Amino acid sequence: MTTEATTEAMTKPGAPTHKLIVFACFLVTAVTLIPVVMMVLVAFQSDAESMAARPSFWPSSWHPENLTRAFDLVPLGRYLINTVIFAGGTTLLETVTAAFAAYAFARLNFPGRNWLFGIYLATLMIPSQVTLIPQFVLVAKLHGIDTWPGMILPHAFTALGVFLLRQFFLGIPRDYEEAARLDGANRWQAFTRVIVPLAIPAIATLAVFKFIGQWNNLLWPLVISNSDATRTAAVGLQVFQDTNGTQWNLLLMAATITTVPLIVLFFLTQRWFVRGITMSGLGGR
Amino acid sequence: MTSPAPNNLTMSARHGASPPRTSLSRTSRWRLPTDAFWPFLLPSLIGFLIFTAGPVVAAGVISLLNWNLFSPPTWAGLKNFARLGPDPTFWSALGNTVYFTFVSVPVTIVISLTLALLLNQGLRRIAVFRSLLLLPYATITVAVAFVWIWLYIPHDGLINAVLGLVGINGPAWLIDDNWAMPALIAMSVWKSFGFGMVVFLAGLQAIPQQLYEAAKVDGSSSWQSFRNVTLPMLSPALFFVVVTSIIGSFQVFDQALIMTNGGPGSRTTTLVMYIYRTGFENYDQGYAAAQSLVLFGFIVVITAVQFLLQRRLVHYDN
Repeated sequence: MTTEATTEAMTKPGAPTHKLIVFACFLVTAVTLIPVVMMVLVAFQSDAESMAARPSFWPSSWHPENLTRAFDLVPLGRYLINTVIFAGGTTLLETVTAAFAAYAFARLNFPGRNWLFGIYLATLMIPSQVTLIPQFVLVAKLHGIDTWPGMILPHAFTALGVFLLRQFFLGIPRDYEEAARLDGANRWQAFTRVIVPLAIPAIATLAVFKFIGQWNNLLWPLVISNSDATRTAAVGLQVFQDTNGTQWNLLLMAATITTVPLIVLFFLTQRWFVRGITMSGLGGR
Repeated sequence: MTSPAPNNLTMSARHGASPPRTSLSRTSRWRLPTDAFWPFLLPSLIGFLIFTAGPVVAAGVISLLNWNLFSPPTWAGLKNFARLGPDPTFWSALGNTVYFTFVSVPVTIVISLTLALLLNQGLRRIAVFRSLLLLPYATITVAVAFVWIWLYIPHDGLINAVLGLVGINGPAWLIDDNWAMPALIAMSVWKSFGFGMVVFLAGLQAIPQQLYEAAKVDGSSSWQSFRNVTLPMLSPALFFVVVTSIIGSFQVFDQALIMTNGGPGSRTTTLVMYIYRTGFENYDQGYAAAQSLVLFGFIVVITAVQFLLQRRLVHYDN
């Protein structure tokens, strides 16, 4: 937005319409953030205030001890650690295996390659509810209910990672690997030293997306974990609601505690997050 | 230099220079043992076959069984699919899901597009607004669902208090037969509009300014420019957001489970919630698998229709 032509088509800073647009943006953003702000405000209200028949919006007194009280009611710390293990485990496994497989699909010739990739692609369209029942049966038969392998493995091998990374690898000119080959590199070295460094943005994008998606996953942990040993934050919140339903300040404190790490992660990684959204949106054509 | 990535990925100068390839023909690739692809492919392939492709096939088999997981399965043939016809809960879940999808998707897209157009007006702090508006998309659905229950508290909740200021006596929202679904839809729109907004914003910023200038020279009004330049150029992004939003909306579950648990009555019971209950509360795995395949069938049909429409409505710039 530096060229004259660009700014000319848009409104000029200082013009009345420009002020109106800035005002509209502020207004929309403020309204959008109300639920998040209210979540934090109510979390610090006193028991009586948060459960009064007439809800109050701004806390008349602040109760930071709600933080420790929420942790005392349910093991939120345990749930957060579990969430990191679940989301981190699926993300790590999917990203690494997908990167290798995507390289095979993008660069290596083997019999049935396109056929096999077609099968990967076909599963992309299938909603996760279709595989939910068979995956649950499989995990149950292997005595994997409430274990980490049972939680993580069924969600670590989706076709999405292979698909996204293959598309990205195909865009990397073969000349770079040819140059590495002239320098005496083998396939393995070409992959780890040429392709992977070039693909870091794509790999990071996939990892951030997968991690945030799994942090949010409710249905799978809901059916597989049935104790605090593997219960994730999303499921833990549901349990919290069942047991402390109307205790608004503590309920929303628990919601705040489980959401804040994700929001921090979002702000730290949003460069990749935004790129991931636009990549999936515009790279797909 | 050819762009290595679809997304303006900047390459470091080290890799930027073209390597010499005059003496190298295109065909002189690595001479590899024929099985060299196995180490790359195998870890993913094993997991994929066991945990993704295998279960898809198994879903088809399970849908043909009577099975509650505890006793041995018996053959049911197509009986599970035949049960869907006279099952009122299935039809109301389907109706609710269609209602949810065909209200929430258009509303979300109009809001996403409006905000993208607003942000694209040459604001200096565009990235800040974009991040803050994307925030709901990056929150935990279960957690923010609690806040929305709180916002929807009847009588004196925040939403009804605001409505009261302008003289509107707000409904009981989540426990009102007719307002529970709109309430879920409003929450879902809030949660997801950021996705489309970011896609549209990237699409808008990729439209060459010359097109607008040419339109201006031809005497186009700003509405005509929007109609004849912005919309066609943005149509691939619009198509993508419509397709993914519809697929996502058909699978709505989290907020309905937390905020209404399908109620009041079965007014907000969605297809995925019904599959969950059939499989994990009634332990009727065969019937649940049949339902999940029907859900898949709906998604395939709707997506196929959209791809047919795409040929007429979407403009691809190549």
